[in-house]
Amino acid sequence: MKIVHVKDVEEAVRKLAIDVNYYIGDKLKEYYRRALEEEVSEIGREIISQIIENAELAAREQLPVCQDTGVSIVYIQMGQEVKIEGGNLYDAINRGVARGYKEGYLRKSLVRDPLFNRVNTGDNTPAMIHVEIVSGDVFKITFMAKGTGAENMSRLAMLTPAAGLKGVKEFVLKTVAEAGPNPCPPIVVGVGVGGTFDVVGWLAKKALMRPMGSRNPDPNYAKLELELLEEINMLGVGPQGLGGRVTALDVRIENAPCHIGALPVAVNLDCHAHRVKTIEL
Amino acid sequence: MKIITPPLTDRVLEELRVGDRVLINGKIYTARDAAHKRFVEAINKGEKLPLDLSGQIIYYVGPTPAKPGMVIGSAGPTTSIRMDSYMEPLLKAGLKGTIGKGYRSWNVVELLKKYRAVYFIATGGVGALISKKIKNAKIVAYEDLGPEAVMELEVEKFPVIVANDIYGGDIFEEGVRKYRRIELPFKIERLSEV
Repeated sequence: MKIVHVKDVEEAVRKLAIDVNYYIGDKLKEYYRRALEEEVSEIGREIISQIIENAELAAREQLPVCQDTGVSIVYIQMGQEVKIEGGNLYDAINRGVARGYKEGYLRKSLVRDPLFNRVNTGDNTPAMIHVEIVSGDVFKITFMAKGTGAENMSRLAMLTPAAGLKGVKEFVLKTVAEAGPNPCPPIVVGVGVGGTFDVVGWLAKKALMRPMGSRNPDPNYAKLELELLEEINMLGVGPQGLGGRVTALDVRIENAPCHIGALPVAVNLDCHAHRVKTIEL
Repeated sequence: MKIITPPLTDRVLEELRVGDRVLINGKIYTARDAAHKRFVEAINKGEKLPLDLSGQIIYYVGPTPAKPGMVIGSAGPTTSIRMDSYMEPLLKAGLKGTIGKGYRSWNVVELLKKYRAVYFIATGGVGALISKKIKNAKIVAYEDLGPEAVMELEVEKFPVIVANDIYGGDIFEEGVRKYRRIELPFKIERLSEV
């Protein structure tokens, strides 16, 4: 049995909120540099250079990389041998978000209700919290700051089994092509396939939360990830949608079993300011 | 590189073409979703707007809070298409320029032609870098909206690109066509405004 105190969760979330918004990960920076090498459009190269310069400036001066510091997605993987002490886990996560967004001078971007009370909650809470029970005594927190420019261009479809692989590929390509400049390309593409209506969207988000360049353990999906990346980069969207070779930096897919009559697919896009970090308590 | 200072005159607007790199000096105004809603509600009620839009430029941005000793926080552009359904009344009120990221609906591309106004883009996702071009910032309306309040920004060499000009040109269509290397079995449609 491992004990995790909510105070430690709150502190970890507070720090993650600030860190992801100020510091672009080393791995992602490698992808920026690679994109700069691969891009042929002059304006595209200029934009990628700005992205690199912006990441350096933000880290140096401790400024948010982007003004849309996002909705906070908090994904907890909790071993069934872990006991939470000191209070409610969800409250602790939200306290961490509120403190991180205040102390880090991050933008508060949530409204109380989508339709009847669009008033800013003032502290960027509530976070979107997902808790998954796993084996053992692990306690992992993955934090993602998700801007809405890319989130708004994400799509979900309930395809039929007859649509098959071809249908899924077309849906991904169409989503990225029609999103064009809006999600701030070069983007990261998270795809969910299978499950049910509710599950498939979460699969796509989970795919985004995987490390940059990590491949699906199933070789069929790993191959599909690379194929889709190649085809997306032939769409011509390019940096900021102004035309170019580099439209996406990475494509990641999460899959799950589904009903005999179903083929759900979800495409969750993220901008080049792809802000995700995982820590273990 | 062209340098412009609002208010924008017809002569300046006539010279701006899709793809032009432009530096903006002087005063521009911030507004995004919630402020646009209030602008248009005020216009519909026949009330006076909190600022005179004649010849002015609106920057679609909701900055992060300024750290102590700084003028503003990170301040890059937000997605413009969300403001499309509010465009016509503002163009009628004299608005001549908008700055954001992403494409406009085809309807707005037409409206820009009709009302002789220009849509500029700034690079999305580089808000820290862009903040350095902002020399002063003060709230001029709707303070209760927090990050969505209307601010007057004093900018210096604020870099933008003309995405839609008064002649109906569109930078995205032209750019993407040049680099597409794949045959698609479907038609690519642009989002339309709500």
